[in-house]
Amino acid sequence: MTRDGGEAADPDWSRREIMITAAAAGGSVMSMGTTAAAAAKIAGPAGDRTIDLVLTINWTEHRLTGIEAHTTLLDALRDHLHLTGTKKGCGLGQCGACTVHVDGRRVNSCLTLAVMQQGKAITTIEGLAVQEALHPLQAAFVEHDGFQCGYCTPGQIMSGVACIAEGHAGSDDEIREWMSGNLCRCGAYSNIVASIRQAAAGKA
Amino acid sequence: MSVIGSPVSRVDGPAKVNGEAHYAGEFAPKDLLYAATADSTCPAGTIVTLDTRDAARAPGVLLVLTHLNADRLPYQEPAERVAVDPVAGAQLRVLDGPAILFSGQPIALVVARTQAQAEYGASLVPAPYDADPPAKLRFDPALAQPTSEAAAKKKRGPETRKGDAEGAFARAPVTLDERYRLSREQHHPMEPHATVAEWTGDRLTLWSKTQWVGNERDEIARRFGLPPANVRVINPYVGGAFGSSLRTWPHVTLAAMAARRARRPVRLELTRRQLFTFVGHRGQSEQHVRLGADPNGRLLATICEATGQTSTYEEFAEPLLGPAGATYACDDRLTRYKLVPMNVNTPCPMRGPGWATGLVAQEMAMDELAERLGMDPIELRLRNYAERDPMKDLPWSSKALRECYAQGAERFGWSKRPLKPRARRDGRDLVGLGMATAIYDSGRYPTSASVALLPDGTALVRCATADMGPGTYTSMTQVAADALGLPLARVRFELGDSTFPPAKEHGGSTTMASVGPAIQEACGAVKAKLAGVADGAPITDFAAVLRRAGLDRIEAEASAKPDDAMKTHSINGFGAVFAEVRVDVDLCTIRATRIVGAYDAGRIVNPKLAHSQCIGGMVQGIGMALFEDVEWDEHLGRVSNGTIAEYIVPVNADIHDLDAIFVDTREPLLNPLGVKGVAELGLCGVAPAIANAVWHATGKRVRNLPITPDRLLTA
Ligand code: FES
Ligand code: FES
Repeated sequence: MTRDGGEAADPDWSRREIMITAAAAGGSVMSMGTTAAAAAKIAGPAGDRTIDLVLTINWTEHRLTGIEAHTTLLDALRDHLHLTGTKKGCGLGQCGACTVHVDGRRVNSCLTLAVMQQGKAITTIEGLAVQEALHPLQAAFVEHDGFQCGYCTPGQIMSGVACIAEGHAGSDDEIREWMSGNLCRCGAYSNIVASIRQAAAGKA
Repeated sequence: MSVIGSPVSRVDGPAKVNGEAHYAGEFAPKDLLYAATADSTCPAGTIVTLDTRDAARAPGVLLVLTHLNADRLPYQEPAERVAVDPVAGAQLRVLDGPAILFSGQPIALVVARTQAQAEYGASLVPAPYDADPPAKLRFDPALAQPTSEAAAKKKRGPETRKGDAEGAFARAPVTLDERYRLSREQHHPMEPHATVAEWTGDRLTLWSKTQWVGNERDEIARRFGLPPANVRVINPYVGGAFGSSLRTWPHVTLAAMAARRARRPVRLELTRRQLFTFVGHRGQSEQHVRLGADPNGRLLATICEATGQTSTYEEFAEPLLGPAGATYACDDRLTRYKLVPMNVNTPCPMRGPGWATGLVAQEMAMDELAERLGMDPIELRLRNYAERDPMKDLPWSSKALRECYAQGAERFGWSKRPLKPRARRDGRDLVGLGMATAIYDSGRYPTSASVALLPDGTALVRCATADMGPGTYTSMTQVAADALGLPLARVRFELGDSTFPPAKEHGGSTTMASVGPAIQEACGAVKAKLAGVADGAPITDFAAVLRRAGLDRIEAEASAKPDDAMKTHSINGFGAVFAEVRVDVDLCTIRATRIVGAYDAGRIVNPKLAHSQCIGGMVQGIGMALFEDVEWDEHLGRVSNGTIAEYIVPVNADIHDLDAIFVDTREPLLNPLGVKGVAELGLCGVAPAIANAVWHATGKRVRNLPITPDRLLTA
């Protein structure tokens, strides 16, 4: 479900405060109807603090119109673009569930503002596998049971891919150290290490 | 090889690794609004005034609800309290009046266009309080009261007696008399609790994090005075819960209240900080243990007096004295259970409720007794091996604890352990080995399931159970594939919808034992129906049968329920847990470098997933033993380390070599699958095994868990 289109139950609230548009390639969900300028204007008391921006996520440009300037990258992904593969565990930079890649580097998306990431290449779990159905690390997580509930998993995998790319997957101890920003309350750590070890070996 | 017992990968694995699995707060109905709450900052008293003008004027805010303008809900009484609720008391009614019962109680609800706007609006609600009556903020066993009649009915105190424990203790040649404390712990699943509520007329749909969709439907229906059929609860994926989503907490009510008033769908997602005060906790506890033994190690007296905490408005009592009653043979035994009512939010079950806590004291005490006797800790346990359940005075249905001790010891290398502490040093590290027994009471509930054979050749199996991580999706697919004689790929199992055939709570390690048999029954019923139209065709060809018969599906629903076995026998999972720790000789930092658990959990449906569950329990046990500590400010009546960086949980670098093995057993009575349940058992015994290893490494006993470096330094 997306919340584009449609009228609200209460006429007072029928204005759409946020326009989600996906520019160009990729066939993302599109929702048109009001112009960007109109959307910015109707944004209510916060109107003076709203902005338009374009984010490049998984090689697709997403236009966000009339969003609050202080919107985090995490909220932009989850609440505005409905890319909910990126998880919110704390919103405080303490758990790593929200890890994404920005220009290839791992970033806690709850600790950065969407507006700061314009013009950069953002990759989320939804865009990790390029050709195959699953990225080798995703496949390794399934094989080694690198999760139970799965909620920390997208963050673990984004972090794990970066950990390997950084050259921090040379030994189990090194993996443990460089994966310690990603909490897993189900306690799948050993299997996460095994998954990363395997994917790192495949790359070597 | 049968598909039952085979280590298949999770059927929901691909959806979890590619971001397609949707958790409760990720459902976004059209026109969704966002809510946040303002919470009380005082632990007891009355709200004097509540000024919501600034909040109402804040950017994007559409609605502010407080006790002054919220609907009074009927809160109909249930015919019977469900097991997931506290034993007595009246649940918190949100926005129902000015009374404050604990710090963190929601006092205002703000609905806005974005999450950030809602949170900002909620931050603008000041509330002066009249702090009267004075708050009850000290966890002081001297203030404790015996558990109530209602608790006694569930065998949770206030007292059980057999023989003359006090006399036997006084006469015993070898005795131990110590107090063991465990800090309050929080579940902190990685997915914060969230509810999305949408009304259509007088029908309510909730996408809500829960371990029991059926109860959440019934509970919300009662709170709002609706027929249960008007409420639907959906939750296909639960991002961990560990007991914290068994009850229906007040935020679910708040989300539904807000959505009704706003006339638009509303999401209320708790912040990490709110997970300390909205959804229960494993309350702090103290256990006073007295053991008496003869010089050969035979237990002559077992006395355990436990004190827990509860809130002022509800009585939460758990089976804390289970281990003291059921683990070892001893003729003279006494247990007592008291609670300190405090201005806190009510505790709730947390993985291995009661049993894991009780084992901390009992297994540390047994280790100390072994030390006094100069005896190997396993030998002491074997000398007191209970051949029947001494508490219930019933035969065990099955018990392979001896095998657990033997196989676990072998795998761990226990025989090389020196008897004396502080005997091994490796560089800066003192190295120690410890062990503990694990026991958990198995259970089973009546459950229903349905199976539909579809024209595309797949079977769709449904049950209103949940999967918070153990792998219900996978193990039930295995059970159904086995019962139908189909390959796994042709079976799809769905759960987490209150319109599916009913199940009870996904908790207490009961899911496999309860849901599995219902699925077997439903599969049998659908096969019988198919046979009626199949003309002898094999079941695998049902697509062709459907085509020939002109049917679009063949469907059956069936139920399965436990027989008398739980009355005639004591049914428990058992285990033996072994831990190695390394303690820095100067800094007293502790690492749990190796843990092995050997378990008798009955038949194991999926060894890969069961192994994950057990090593996950070990990680939580490491947290319990070494890190997890809700710091309670007894002057302010508040948690003072209320984030997940300050409340320390194990991270990857804390985890080393973990292994779980399952002794080859089959439970004969509890259910036709032969399972006893894994989840709770995986936590039981881990923390005391680590604590005992810390003693063995250092020669120091820290009886206050978690064992932090400062506690060890000053011990
Ligand atoms: S949500 Fe970003 S670190 Fe926890
Ligand atoms: S798999 Fe549940 S938190 Fe990591």
